[in-house]
Amino acid sequence: MFVAATVGVLASMSLAMTRALMGPTVYDRVLAVNTFGTKTVLLIAVLGFLTERPEFLDLAIVYALINFIGTIAVLKFFEYRDLGWTRHPEADAE
Amino acid sequence: MIEFVDIALLVLLGITAFSIIRQKNLFAAVMMVGIYSLLSAGLFVVMDAVDVAFTEAAVGAGISTVLMLGTLALVGHSEHQPQHRPILPLFVVILTGAVLVYGTLDIPPFGDASNPAHHHVAPHYLEESEHEIGVPNVVTSVLASYRGYDTMGETTVIFAALVGVLLLLSLGPRPRRVFLNGRWITVAASEKDASKEGVRDVQEDSVQVSHEEEDSGDTNG
Repeated sequence: MFVAATVGVLASMSLAMTRALMGPTVYDRVLAVNTFGTKTVLLIAVLGFLTERPEFLDLAIVYALINFIGTIAVLKFFEYRDLGWTRHPEADAE
Repeated sequence: MIEFVDIALLVLLGITAFSIIRQKNLFAAVMMVGIYSLLSAGLFVVMDAVDVAFTEAAVGAGISTVLMLGTLALVGHSEHQPQHRPILPLFVVILTGAVLVYGTLDIPPFGDASNPAHHHVAPHYLEESEHEIGVPNVVTSVLASYRGYDTMGETTVIFAALVGVLLLLSLGPRPRRVFLNGRWITVAASEKDASKEGVRDVQEDSVQVSHEEEDSGDTNG
Protein backbone atom coordinates (compact mmCIF):
# COMPACT_ATOMS: atom_id res chain seq x y z
CA MET A 1 0.00 0.00 0.00
CA PHE A 2 2.88 2.35 0.80
CA VAL A 3 4.38 1.43 -2.57
CA ALA A 4 1.21 2.60 -4.32
CA ALA A 5 1.25 5.80 -2.25
CA THR A 6 4.90 6.44 -3.20
CA VAL A 7 4.17 5.96 -6.89
CA GLY A 8 1.18 8.28 -6.62
CA VAL A 9 3.20 10.99 -4.85
CA LEU A 10 6.00 10.72 -7.45
CA ALA A 11 3.47 10.99 -10.29
CA SER A 12 1.89 14.10 -8.78
CA MET A 13 5.40 15.54 -8.23
CA SER A 14 6.11 15.22 -11.94
CA LEU A 15 2.74 16.82 -12.75
CA ALA A 16 3.50 19.78 -10.46
CA MET A 17 6.91 20.13 -12.07
CA THR A 18 5.33 20.15 -15.53
CA ARG A 19 3.21 23.10 -14.43
CA ALA A 20 6.28 24.89 -13.05
CA LEU A 21 8.08 24.32 -16.38
CA MET A 22 5.20 25.42 -18.60
CA GLY A 23 4.04 28.41 -16.60
CA PRO A 24 2.68 30.49 -18.28
CA THR A 25 2.01 33.05 -15.53
CA VAL A 26 4.10 33.70 -12.44
CA TYR A 27 1.33 32.53 -10.13
CA ASP A 28 1.24 29.14 -11.86
CA ARG A 29 4.90 28.73 -10.98
CA VAL A 30 4.49 29.90 -7.38
CA LEU A 31 1.59 27.51 -6.91
CA ALA A 32 3.54 24.70 -8.59
CA VAL A 33 6.54 25.17 -6.29
CA ASN A 34 4.27 25.29 -3.25
CA THR A 35 2.54 22.10 -4.37
CA PHE A 36 5.92 20.53 -5.01
CA GLY A 37 7.01 21.34 -1.46
CA THR A 38 3.85 19.71 -0.12
CA LYS A 39 4.56 16.64 -2.26
CA THR A 40 8.09 16.49 -0.82
CA VAL A 41 6.62 16.50 2.69
CA LEU A 42 4.28 13.67 1.70
CA LEU A 43 7.12 11.76 0.01
CA ILE A 44 9.31 11.93 3.13
CA ALA A 45 6.41 10.77 5.30
CA VAL A 46 5.56 7.87 2.97
CA LEU A 47 9.26 6.90 2.64
CA GLY A 48 9.52 6.79 6.44
CA PHE A 49 6.72 4.22 6.59
CA LEU A 50 8.01 2.39 3.50
CA THR A 51 11.41 1.81 5.11
CA GLU A 52 9.70 1.18 8.48
CA ARG A 53 11.24 4.16 10.23
CA PRO A 54 8.37 6.60 10.78
CA GLU A 55 10.51 8.86 12.98
CA PHE A 56 11.26 10.93 9.84
CA LEU A 57 7.74 12.30 10.26
CA ASP A 58 8.83 15.29 12.37
CA LEU A 59 11.33 16.23 9.66
CA ALA A 60 8.42 16.32 7.22
CA ILE A 61 6.54 18.69 9.53
CA VAL A 62 9.50 21.11 9.58
CA TYR A 63 9.58 20.96 5.77
CA ALA A 64 5.95 22.05 5.75
CA LEU A 65 6.88 25.09 7.89
CA ILE A 66 9.78 26.04 5.58
CA ASN A 67 7.53 25.67 2.55
CA PHE A 68 4.97 28.01 4.09
CA ILE A 69 7.55 30.70 4.93
CA GLY A 70 9.08 30.45 1.43
CA THR A 71 5.70 30.92 -0.25
CA ILE A 72 4.95 33.93 1.97
CA ALA A 73 8.31 35.47 0.97
CA VAL A 74 7.67 34.92 -2.75
CA LEU A 75 4.20 36.40 -2.58
CA LYS A 76 5.45 39.36 -0.54
CA PHE A 77 8.04 39.95 -3.25
CA PHE A 78 5.25 40.08 -5.81
CA GLU A 79 3.01 42.35 -3.81
CA TYR A 80 5.69 44.92 -2.98
CA ARG A 81 8.44 44.14 -5.58
CA ASP A 82 10.82 44.22 -2.61
CA LEU A 83 11.37 42.15 0.50
CA GLY A 84 12.28 45.04 2.80
CA TRP A 85 8.86 46.69 3.16
CA THR A 86 7.25 46.23 6.51
CA ARG A 87 4.10 48.23 5.74
CA HIS A 88 2.26 49.29 2.64
CA PRO A 89 4.33 51.82 0.67
CA GLU A 90 1.25 53.96 0.09
CA ALA A 91 1.49 54.95 3.74
CA ASP A 92 5.19 55.70 3.16
CA ALA A 93 4.56 58.09 0.26
CA GLU A 94 2.12 60.22 2.18
CA MET B 1 11.41 0.09 -4.34
CA ILE B 2 13.97 2.51 -2.92
CA GLU B 3 15.94 2.17 -6.17
CA PHE B 4 12.82 3.17 -8.10
CA VAL B 5 12.36 6.25 -5.88
CA ASP B 6 16.04 7.10 -6.40
CA ILE B 7 15.75 6.87 -10.18
CA ALA B 8 12.52 8.86 -10.29
CA LEU B 9 13.96 11.63 -8.10
CA LEU B 10 17.19 11.75 -10.13
CA VAL B 11 15.26 11.99 -13.42
CA LEU B 12 13.20 14.88 -12.02
CA LEU B 13 16.46 16.47 -10.76
CA GLY B 14 18.00 16.24 -14.25
CA ILE B 15 14.92 17.78 -15.90
CA THR B 16 14.95 20.60 -13.36
CA ALA B 17 18.66 21.31 -13.89
CA PHE B 18 18.27 21.52 -17.67
CA SER B 19 15.23 23.76 -17.40
CA ILE B 20 17.16 26.11 -15.06
CA ILE B 21 19.92 26.35 -17.70
CA ARG B 22 17.50 26.95 -20.58
CA GLN B 23 15.23 29.35 -18.69
CA LYS B 24 15.48 33.00 -19.77
CA ASN B 25 13.01 34.33 -17.21
CA LEU B 26 15.08 34.60 -14.05
CA PHE B 27 12.07 34.45 -11.74
CA ALA B 28 11.06 31.09 -13.21
CA ALA B 29 14.67 29.97 -12.78
CA VAL B 30 14.55 30.89 -9.07
CA MET B 31 11.36 28.88 -8.68
CA MET B 32 13.03 25.90 -10.38
CA VAL B 33 16.03 26.24 -8.04
CA GLY B 34 13.58 25.89 -5.14
CA ILE B 35 12.24 22.67 -6.70
CA TYR B 36 15.83 21.48 -7.28
CA SER B 37 16.75 21.78 -3.63
CA LEU B 38 13.51 20.16 -2.47
CA LEU B 39 14.34 17.22 -4.76
CA SER B 40 17.89 16.94 -3.46
CA ALA B 41 16.56 17.09 0.12
CA GLY B 42 14.31 14.15 -0.79
CA LEU B 43 17.34 12.28 -2.17
CA PHE B 44 19.30 12.94 1.05
CA VAL B 45 16.41 11.51 3.08
CA VAL B 46 16.46 8.39 0.89
CA MET B 47 20.21 8.10 1.60
CA ASP B 48 19.53 8.37 5.39
CA ALA B 49 21.40 11.68 5.66
CA VAL B 50 18.49 13.25 7.52
CA ASP B 51 20.47 16.15 9.00
CA VAL B 52 21.93 17.06 5.60
CA ALA B 53 18.43 16.93 4.12
CA PHE B 54 17.24 19.18 6.89
CA THR B 55 19.95 21.75 6.16
CA GLU B 56 19.30 21.50 2.41
CA ALA B 57 15.60 22.20 2.86
CA ALA B 58 16.14 25.08 5.29
CA VAL B 59 19.02 26.75 3.43
CA GLY B 60 18.39 25.65 -0.17
CA ALA B 61 14.64 25.88 -0.44
CA GLY B 62 14.01 28.43 2.30
CA ILE B 63 16.75 31.04 2.70
CA SER B 64 18.30 30.79 -0.79
CA THR B 65 14.99 31.39 -2.54
CA VAL B 66 14.41 34.49 -0.43
CA LEU B 67 17.98 35.75 -1.06
CA MET B 68 17.64 35.13 -4.82
CA LEU B 69 14.36 37.05 -4.83
CA GLY B 70 16.09 39.89 -3.01
CA THR B 71 18.75 39.84 -5.74
CA LEU B 72 16.05 39.89 -8.44
CA ALA B 73 14.54 42.95 -6.76
CA LEU B 74 17.88 44.71 -7.33
CA VAL B 75 18.81 43.46 -10.82
CA GLY B 76 15.48 42.85 -12.60
CA HIS B 77 14.17 39.51 -13.81
CA SER B 78 15.09 38.97 -17.43
CA GLU B 79 18.36 37.56 -18.71
CA HIS B 80 20.54 39.63 -21.03
CA GLN B 81 21.66 38.25 -24.35
CA PRO B 82 25.05 36.57 -23.71
CA GLN B 83 28.07 38.38 -25.16
CA HIS B 84 30.05 35.21 -25.87
CA ARG B 85 29.41 31.74 -27.19
CA PRO B 86 28.79 29.04 -24.56
CA ILE B 87 31.50 26.65 -25.88
CA LEU B 88 34.21 27.54 -23.34
CA PRO B 89 31.93 27.45 -20.25
CA LEU B 90 30.46 24.14 -21.44
CA PHE B 91 33.97 22.71 -21.80
CA VAL B 92 34.95 23.89 -18.31
CA VAL B 93 31.77 22.45 -16.77
CA ILE B 94 32.16 19.08 -18.51
CA LEU B 95 35.83 18.90 -17.48
CA THR B 96 35.02 19.73 -13.84
CA GLY B 97 32.20 17.18 -13.83
CA ALA B 98 34.49 14.51 -15.27
CA VAL B 99 37.14 15.23 -12.59
CA LEU B 100 34.48 15.01 -9.86
CA VAL B 101 33.15 11.69 -11.21
CA TYR B 102 36.75 10.43 -11.39
CA GLY B 103 37.16 11.48 -7.74
CA THR B 104 34.19 9.37 -6.67
CA LEU B 105 35.64 6.19 -8.19
CA ASP B 106 37.82 5.22 -5.21
CA ILE B 107 35.40 6.37 -2.50
CA PRO B 108 34.39 3.43 -0.24
CA PRO B 109 31.00 1.85 -1.09
CA PHE B 110 27.84 3.57 0.17
CA GLY B 111 26.54 2.27 3.50
CA ASP B 112 29.31 -0.31 4.03
CA ALA B 113 29.94 -1.12 7.72
CA SER B 114 33.70 -1.47 7.09
CA ASN B 115 34.05 2.12 5.81
CA PRO B 116 36.84 4.15 7.48
CA ALA B 117 34.24 6.64 8.75
CA HIS B 118 32.91 3.96 11.10
CA HIS B 119 36.31 2.83 12.40
CA HIS B 120 38.45 5.89 12.99
CA VAL B 121 37.16 8.06 15.85
CA ALA B 122 33.41 7.44 15.65
CA PRO B 123 33.36 4.49 18.13
CA HIS B 124 35.40 6.53 20.60
CA TYR B 125 32.98 9.47 20.33
CA LEU B 126 29.95 7.21 20.73
CA GLU B 127 31.30 5.40 23.79
CA GLU B 128 33.21 8.10 25.62
CA SER B 129 31.54 11.44 24.82
CA GLU B 130 29.08 11.35 27.72
CA HIS B 131 31.99 10.49 30.00
CA GLU B 132 34.43 13.05 28.64
CA ILE B 133 32.16 15.97 27.72
CA GLY B 134 29.04 15.34 29.75
CA VAL B 135 26.56 16.32 27.02
CA PRO B 136 23.93 13.64 26.33
CA ASN B 137 23.69 14.46 22.60
CA VAL B 138 26.72 13.04 20.75
CA VAL B 139 26.35 15.36 17.75
CA THR B 140 26.40 18.41 20.02
CA SER B 141 29.49 17.22 21.88
CA VAL B 142 31.34 16.55 18.61
CA LEU B 143 30.33 19.90 17.14
CA ALA B 144 30.94 22.08 20.18
CA SER B 145 33.77 20.29 21.96
CA TYR B 146 35.78 17.74 19.96
CA ARG B 147 35.69 20.00 16.89
CA GLY B 148 35.28 23.25 18.79
CA TYR B 149 38.04 25.12 16.95
CA ASP B 150 36.66 23.95 13.59
CA THR B 151 33.20 25.23 14.51
CA MET B 152 34.63 28.54 15.68
CA GLY B 153 36.46 28.92 12.34
CA GLU B 154 33.26 28.17 10.44
CA THR B 155 31.24 30.74 12.35
CA THR B 156 34.04 33.29 11.77
CA VAL B 157 33.88 32.63 8.02
CA ILE B 158 30.10 32.98 7.99
CA PHE B 159 30.30 36.18 10.01
CA ALA B 160 32.88 37.64 7.60
CA ALA B 161 30.66 36.71 4.64
CA LEU B 162 27.65 38.34 6.30
CA VAL B 163 29.59 41.56 6.98
CA GLY B 164 30.79 41.62 3.35
CA VAL B 165 27.27 41.14 1.96
CA LEU B 166 25.83 43.81 4.23
CA LEU B 167 28.57 46.26 3.21
CA LEU B 168 27.93 45.57 -0.50
CA LEU B 169 24.17 45.96 -0.12
CA SER B 170 24.49 49.23 1.75
CA LEU B 171 26.64 50.86 -0.98
CA GLY B 172 24.69 53.85 -2.22
CA PRO B 173 21.00 54.62 -1.65
CA ARG B 174 18.49 52.19 -3.08
CA PRO B 175 15.86 53.21 -5.65
CA ARG B 176 12.52 53.89 -4.00
CA ARG B 177 9.02 53.25 -5.17
CA VAL B 178 6.25 55.62 -4.26
CA PHE B 179 2.51 55.26 -4.73
CA LEU B 180 1.52 58.48 -6.47
CA ASN B 181 -1.79 59.36 -8.14
CA GLY B 182 -2.98 55.74 -8.11
CA ARG B 183 0.07 54.10 -9.66
CA TRP B 184 3.57 52.94 -8.78
CA ILE B 185 6.50 55.17 -9.69
CA THR B 186 10.12 54.06 -9.41
CA VAL B 187 12.24 56.91 -8.14
CA ALA B 188 15.94 56.83 -8.94
CA ALA B 189 18.17 57.46 -5.96
CA SER B 190 19.32 60.89 -7.20
CA GLU B 191 15.75 62.06 -7.83
CA LYS B 192 14.60 61.01 -4.40
CA ASP B 193 14.47 64.50 -2.90
CA ALA B 194 12.82 65.93 -6.02
CA SER B 195 10.07 63.32 -5.86
CA LYS B 196 9.44 64.09 -2.22
CA GLU B 197 8.92 67.72 -3.17
CA GLY B 198 6.56 66.59 -5.93
CA VAL B 199 4.52 64.61 -3.44
CA ARG B 200 4.44 67.62 -1.13
CA ASP B 201 3.20 69.85 -4.00
CA VAL B 202 0.38 67.44 -4.77
CA GLN B 203 -0.61 67.35 -1.14
CA GLU B 204 -0.56 71.12 -0.86
CA ASP B 205 -2.73 71.38 -3.99
CA SER B 206 -5.29 69.01 -2.54
CA VAL B 207 -5.23 70.94 0.72
CA GLN B 208 -5.90 74.20 -1.14
CA VAL B 209 -8.75 72.59 -3.08
CA SER B 210 -10.34 71.42 0.12
CA HIS B 211 -10.03 74.91 1.58
CA GLU B 212 -11.77 76.37 -1.48
CA GLU B 213 -14.55 73.86 -1.11
CA GLU B 214 -14.93 74.85 2.51
CA ASP B 215 -15.08 78.50 1.53
CA SER B 216 -17.73 77.88 -1.11
CA GLY B 217 -19.67 75.87 1.43
CA ASP B 218 -19.54 78.80 3.79
CA THR B 219 -20.82 81.27 1.19
CA ASN B 220 -23.65 78.93 0.28
CA GLY B 221 -24.57 78.56 3.92
